[in-house]
Amino acid sequence: MPDWATMLRRLTQTLRLMVGVPDYEVYVAHRKTQHPGEPIMSYEEFFRERQNSRYGDGDGRINRCC
Amino acid sequence: MRILVGRMGWLGVSLLGATALGVIALGHGERINAMWLVTAAICTYLVAYRLYARFIARRVLGIDPSRPTPAIRHNDGLDYVPTNKWVLFGHHFAAIAGAGPLVGPVLAAQMGYLPGTLWLLVGVVVAGAVQDMTVLFISTRRDGRSLGDIVRSEMGPAAGAVALVGILFIMIILLAVLALVVIKALAASPWGTFTVFATIPTAVAMAVYGRVIRPGRIGEMSVIGLGLLVASLIFGRTVAETPALAALFTFRGETLALMLMGYGFIASVLPIWLLLAPRDYLSTFLKVGTILALAIGIMAVMPDMKMPAVTRFIDGSGPVFTGKLFPFLFITIACGAVSGFHALISSGTTPRMIETEAQIPLIGYGAMLMESFVAVMAMIAAGIIEPGVYFAMNSPPALIGTGVEQAAQAISGWGFAVTPETLTAIAHDVGETSILSRAGGAPTLAVGMAHIFSSVLGGRAMMAFWYHFAILFESLFILTTIDAGTRVARFMIQDLVGNVWPSFRARGTWTGNLAGSALAVAGWGYFLYSGVVDPLGGINTLWPLFGIANQMLASMALILCTVVLFKMKRERYAWITVVPAAWLLVCTATAGLQKIFHSSPAIGFLAHARTYEVAIEAGTVLAPTHSLEQMRQVVFNDYVDAAMAVVFVLVVAAILGYGIGVIRKALAAAHPTAVEADMVTEPRGA
Repeated sequence: MPDWATMLRRLTQTLRLMVGVPDYEVYVAHRKTQHPGEPIMSYEEFFRERQNSRYGDGDGRINRCC
Repeated sequence: MRILVGRMGWLGVSLLGATALGVIALGHGERINAMWLVTAAICTYLVAYRLYARFIARRVLGIDPSRPTPAIRHNDGLDYVPTNKWVLFGHHFAAIAGAGPLVGPVLAAQMGYLPGTLWLLVGVVVAGAVQDMTVLFISTRRDGRSLGDIVRSEMGPAAGAVALVGILFIMIILLAVLALVVIKALAASPWGTFTVFATIPTAVAMAVYGRVIRPGRIGEMSVIGLGLLVASLIFGRTVAETPALAALFTFRGETLALMLMGYGFIASVLPIWLLLAPRDYLSTFLKVGTILALAIGIMAVMPDMKMPAVTRFIDGSGPVFTGKLFPFLFITIACGAVSGFHALISSGTTPRMIETEAQIPLIGYGAMLMESFVAVMAMIAAGIIEPGVYFAMNSPPALIGTGVEQAAQAISGWGFAVTPETLTAIAHDVGETSILSRAGGAPTLAVGMAHIFSSVLGGRAMMAFWYHFAILFESLFILTTIDAGTRVARFMIQDLVGNVWPSFRARGTWTGNLAGSALAVAGWGYFLYSGVVDPLGGINTLWPLFGIANQMLASMALILCTVVLFKMKRERYAWITVVPAAWLLVCTATAGLQKIFHSSPAIGFLAHARTYEVAIEAGTVLAPTHSLEQMRQVVFNDYVDAAMAVVFVLVVAAILGYGIGVIRKALAAAHPTAVEADMVTEPRGA
């Protein structure tokens, strides 16, 4: 019996990562366990930060192909 | 017992693959079903992945699953995140698959489907997937650093600088040729032009929703965007059928080129969330969805290949591109067999998210096999069209004229029977006034896809809709690439100029931003415009240059891989990258030198320039130009194109020279000298 819930979650994660947005819950969990007491970005802040990093900040990295 | 069953299974896959390849290669004279191509491809991929990718991973690279990857060592929840392997596979595939694997095979189909398909299969197994996987491995061992960075640290600063200049030039040619593909599809097509223009307000509407109303809801934004796209596709027919509206959206190629340059400049300066990001969401999801739909469509329809296995144009006299099978087939099909650009992606975001080195074969080798399959599907889509129609769509007006009568006569004369009525009927079916001379891949692919999709859903009545859907889908992701690529080129220019004049480098300043963008657009815009006015259709000139550039980058990446293998003291296995590197060097150098020096004006830039110079001296105007002034322009363009080819050949020669030097030092050293990152876990702040 395939685990539909996990598959659906993976699919959503894949589609979001395709446009440069990793999992927000993983980010929050990471901040809580590795940097306790330090600020955590809200989802909106996180989304903007990721958007800027994919297209805007421009370290000349190429993230798409011909 | 299980091992035995497993072995029998693999034996079965190998036999099936061999049978399918046999049918394709030996079934001359009869039409074969496209499923034989699909079967041959899938079996080849499975066997290669099982045997060769595993061999490279275990024996050659010495992959160490216990070694912490950058994602583990620098985990920050943002750039460096250990990611499920299938999720990362999807991410990596979406990043490498673009217009390239769709356009190249369509152009190469003029030689028949067999040569191109064989190169796609052999090329990906021996060259493309090896390059992607090895670069991914090298970058993963070096904190996910970029190709240029790694060339600098492993081969020295001079080699690094040469590599950066090479990458900038290939960017510029890439953007020009992709823009030309869009223009070939949109010129004199009000339906197509309207739907593509409509993506701008669509993107802005998505941006407002995703920034102000419901921040960061990607799914909701994309559904809204998709709805608007479909609405514009449907309304596009009304636009095309209403003369007053159609006139507003009917442009010549020259006008479209200037508009595209203006657009590229503005888009590169605007905030990214307004246009670039929402369109990237749409184009990414549409791309992946359409590729899946195409695969399902081919499996469901199981069409016959109508193009012959091999045509007489392997002798170099083809109308789509000139030049013999060797070397020109191998630079026409880059993406799908081996694409140097992937070396940039494999050293981009993917190595920062890989959980363990054990997943490198799946993501590096596996995703490239998928891209090769996309290219095989493009070859199928081009091959199921009547050959006469294929040549009508892809031959320049200089060869087939501008009317259906003349075109049908010329093409039938080449041995591909077609009537003027057929050409008119197809144009009518897809909702266009003419399908002649629409080289560049997108329209041919659109006709092929429209054939497939309309036999699954909607029949002939829906063909026009599917055709314009396919045009929209390709234009959308090409425009996104132009937008993002202009930005990247701008940053590269800012950094290069910044070496001399540091204030130019700053990202926030308007001077650097505007001047950098203007330079980037001027670079690709020049080649685009000269392609649009080129009497031979432009694709003829620019696609080989792009192919040479892309394969040059692949040679560079494979030379780097070879250098690293020698520095790791694994020279015993270095043939896995030496063989493809040598083949690509031979192809690139031969093609580059032929494009410069070949005595036929149809192939060599200098010979072409000479023809026009002689005519200018004699005071005669050569068709299809209309004045001596235009002829001088043609001569000038030829010299620029020749200079580009010289640059590519020199870049690759320089990297080869540096590579050999470093390899000799590595051989002399007693210990491994590769510069890998240490294995200590050190989480980065922020």
